[in-house]
Amino acid sequence: MEIRNELNGQLRIVIVGHVDHGKSTLIGRLLNDTGSLPDGKVEQVHEMSRKRGMPFEWAFVMDALQAERDQGITIDTTQIHFKTAQRPYVIIDAPGHTEFLKNMVTGASQADAALLVIDAAEGALEQSRRHAFLLHLLGVRQVAVVVNKMDRVEFDQYRFEAVSREIREYLAELDVFPKAVIPIAARHGDNIVTRSDKAPWYDGPTVIDALDAFRPQQTPTDQPLRFPLQDVYKPDDRRILAGRIESGRLRVGDTLRFSPTGATATVVSIEGWNHSQPIIAAQAGQSIGVTLDKRIFAERGHIAHLEQGAPHVTHRLGVRLFWLTSEPLTVGKTYTLKITTAEHRVTVESISAVIDIEDLSSTPAKAVHRNEVAEVVLRSRSPIAVDLASELPRTGRGVIIDGHDVVGGCIAVEVDEGPAASTNTTEVSHAVTTEERFSANGHKGGVLWLTGLSGAGKSTLAMALERALFDRGWQVFVLDGDNVRNGLNAGLGFSASDRAENIRRVAETAKLFADAGVLVIASLISPLQADRARARAIGGERFHEVYVSADLATCETRDPKGLYKKARAGEIAEFTGISAPYEAPESPELTIDTGTLAPTEALGELLDYVDTTFGKTSLKQGRL
Amino acid sequence: MTADLDYLESQSIYILREAYNRIDKLALLWSIGKDSNALLWLCRKAFFGRVPFPVVQLDTGMELPEVYQFRDRVAKEWDLDLVVEQCPPEEEMDQTLPPLTRAAARKTEGLKNLLHNGKYQGVMVGIRRDEQATRAKERVFSPRSLEGDWDVKDQPAEFWDHYKTRFEEGTHVRIHPLLHWTELDIWRYSKREEIPIVPLYFAKDGKRYRSLGEKNITFPVDSTAGTIDEIIAELVVTKIPERAGRAMDNESEDSFERLRSAGYM
Repeated sequence: MEIRNELNGQLRIVIVGHVDHGKSTLIGRLLNDTGSLPDGKVEQVHEMSRKRGMPFEWAFVMDALQAERDQGITIDTTQIHFKTAQRPYVIIDAPGHTEFLKNMVTGASQADAALLVIDAAEGALEQSRRHAFLLHLLGVRQVAVVVNKMDRVEFDQYRFEAVSREIREYLAELDVFPKAVIPIAARHGDNIVTRSDKAPWYDGPTVIDALDAFRPQQTPTDQPLRFPLQDVYKPDDRRILAGRIESGRLRVGDTLRFSPTGATATVVSIEGWNHSQPIIAAQAGQSIGVTLDKRIFAERGHIAHLEQGAPHVTHRLGVRLFWLTSEPLTVGKTYTLKITTAEHRVTVESISAVIDIEDLSSTPAKAVHRNEVAEVVLRSRSPIAVDLASELPRTGRGVIIDGHDVVGGCIAVEVDEGPAASTNTTEVSHAVTTEERFSANGHKGGVLWLTGLSGAGKSTLAMALERALFDRGWQVFVLDGDNVRNGLNAGLGFSASDRAENIRRVAETAKLFADAGVLVIASLISPLQADRARARAIGGERFHEVYVSADLATCETRDPKGLYKKARAGEIAEFTGISAPYEAPESPELTIDTGTLAPTEALGELLDYVDTTFGKTSLKQGRL
Repeated sequence: MTADLDYLESQSIYILREAYNRIDKLALLWSIGKDSNALLWLCRKAFFGRVPFPVVQLDTGMELPEVYQFRDRVAKEWDLDLVVEQCPPEEEMDQTLPPLTRAAARKTEGLKNLLHNGKYQGVMVGIRRDEQATRAKERVFSPRSLEGDWDVKDQPAEFWDHYKTRFEEGTHVRIHPLLHWTELDIWRYSKREEIPIVPLYFAKDGKRYRSLGEKNITFPVDSTAGTIDEIIAELVVTKIPERAGRAMDNESEDSFERLRSAGYM
C-alpha cells in the first residue's frame, strides 16, 4: 500500500538542469498554463519586467526574491504548488549553478520524480550530467527529459534526436531510463500543456502528460522491518520507544531484535494520543511509539527489526559519496557518519575512486573535492547497523558531518562483515574507568605512531622518549616494528597484505595498551597512507601520528642496519624508499625533521608535544 | 480519504522529535492562528499528550479580543507552559521600513528579546512553504545568526531527513515542522482532528479572516464560508493569496522579504 497515492496526494517533482537552460521559465509557464497562478501574479511579472526594461519574463514568477531578480539566477530551492486535472503537484526548483549544489541536493532529495531540462542548442552540458548522476544517487528513479528552446533550432527533428540519443545513453549507464524525452519551447508554451503544431514529427507526451504518468514514491511496507529509534520517553510509568518505521510493518506481539546490540523484546503496545481504539499495527512512514515486555538497553540510533531479515552490522563500510564542501575529504580524516538517527565516528580508510561525471570513468585519488562523487571506504570504532542502499535505500544511506555541518551524503554499496565481527562475543564493560586510570597515572593513555623511512631515526627517538617518560614516572612502552616481528607478528612477510596485517595487529595491540592507560610509542615504517588510516581508525581519538622525516639521501648515508646497501645490491626486494613507495603523511599531528634537528632537539620537540597532549595540563582541559 | 494527512502528520512528528532530542533549550511560538494550533496539536501527539517545552506568544497588545480569549482558554485546558513576551513599541523599530511593515517588525524584536533572555537555542514556528515565496525557500532546521538574521543565499544542505542540529555558540535555529503542509492541509487536518479554532476564521457579515494578525495590519477578506467544510470548498477554487489581508506583505515589492531576512517568522 502506498500512503500518498490518495485523493489529495501531491506528487513532488524536481526540475534540474544546466544554468540558463530554462528551468525557471518552464516553471513559470507550467503554473500559468495550468491556471495555477494567483490573481495578479501575471500583472506583477509584467510590471517587474517593465521596470527592468525587459520583455515579459516568465522566470520572474519563480524568482520572488530581490537578490535573484537582480542577478538573474535562481539561488535556492523553492517549492511551488500547482494542479493538473489529475492531481496536485509541488515543484521544487533546483539551481543549476555548481556552487549551489547543496541546494540542488536539498531540493532533489525530496522529489518523487524529476524533469531534466536540456537546451536544444547546447545539449547535455556538465551540470546536466552532474544533476542526472545526483538524481541517481539520491534515489530519484523516475525521470523525464525536456529538450528546451526548440524554437532556437527551428524545431529541427534531427537536432532533437541527437540530443535525445546522447542523454538516453548517458542515463542508461546509470540505470536510469527516462519515461519520455520531449521537445519544448518553454517561453512560447510548445508541448507544455498543449501539443505544439511546430513539431508535427513528434507524437510523444506533452510535459503535463509525462508528469501525470509519474507515480508517487512507493512506501516500502512490504520490505523487512526497520524501526530506528529517535528517543525514549517516560511520560508516566510507561517507557515508550519512539521513532518512525522506515520500512516494513510492526504489530503488537512481534518480537523485535535491536541492532547493533542484539537485544530482543516483544512489543506490548503501540502507543498513541487521542486515539479512540488501541493501535495494533503500524507500517512504513508512520511515526510511532512502542512499549516492550522487557526493560532492555535500547536508545536513539538502535534499529529495531524482526528476527528474520536483519540489517548488516559492520565496522567497515564501502560507500558512494558526494561531497558538498570546500575542505576536501582525505584519507585518514575522521568525520561523523549519520545513518537514520545513529551517529558513528568514522575514519576514511581509503578512496577507491573518484568518478568522472562527464564519461563515468573512475580514477584513483587521494582526496575528494567539492561537487565530486567518489567510492570511499569508511572505518568505524562503533558497530554500524546498515543496509545496502540497493536493498533498503532509507536505511542504506547517510550524511557525513564535519564539525557543525553536513558536508556530504553517501549510500552504502559494500558491507565488510569481517571475520572479527562474531555475533557470539559481547563486549564486557570494565569496572575501572578510563578517567580513573588517567588520574591514577597522572597522564592519558594514547598511541604515538612514529612513521618514516628506515634510518630516519624512529627507533632511536622512540627509545629515548620511553626512557625520558619512564624516568618521570609515566606508564610508557615502545612497540617497535622490528621487535614485534619476532613474536606477535612472526610469520608475516613484507608483501603488501602482510605489511597491512602487521600494522593492523600493532594498531590493535597499541589500542589495548592505550586503553590500559599506557602511552604507547609505535615505531614502524608504515609506508602506506591507507594502512596508517586504518591504524588511526582503530586507535580513534587517542591516535597521534608523528612523521619522523629525513630525506632518502640522509637515511641512506646513515644506513644503521646496512639495509640500504643490500637493497641497492638487489638483495632485498620491495625495500621502502628504494623499490617500494613511501607515502608521506599529509596531515600528521607532528613532524620531526631529523635531517636538520640534532637528536636532543628532536627529543625535546617530541617531549613538548607529549606533555601538552597527554600530560597533566591536557587532563585539566577535561574532554577525553 | 485522509491518508495523505497521516503522512504529513508523521513527518511533522518526526521533525518535532528530532528537535526535542537534539536541541537543548527549545520553545514553541504560538501565534494562536490555525497553523500554530495544529502545531501544538502535533506536539501533543508526538509527546503523548504533554507539550514538553514552553509555548510563547509574542504579544503586541494588538491582537483581536477573540484571540486573547482563545489563548487563555486553551492554555489552561491543554496545561501549556505559556510564556507571554511583550514586544517593544513601534517607535523603537527601524524607521526606514514602510509604516505597516514597521508595525510587524515589533514581533521580530520581541523574539530577539525572548531568545536573549530565555537563552533558547531553538524556536519552533508554524510557517508553511506555500504561504509566501520567501518562506518557500526555508529549511526545516534553519540556522540564524545571533541577531536573528537569515542568510537565504547560504543555507545548509538538508536531505533524507537529516537536519542541521549543531551550531556555533550564540546562534539559534528556527524549526519549521509544518513547512511541507498547505493551507488546505491545515484545514482538512483541523477538521479531522477537531482542533479548536479561533472563531474569527469563520465568515460573519460576508467577511472572514483568512490569516490572523494584529488588528492594525490585518483585514478580513470577502467570504461566506461559515464552517470548516465551507472554508475547504472556498480554498479549492480561490485564486486570492492567503496573506492578501496582511497589509505589510504588500506595502512594497520586498517588504516581507526585508522583514524575514531581519528575523521575522
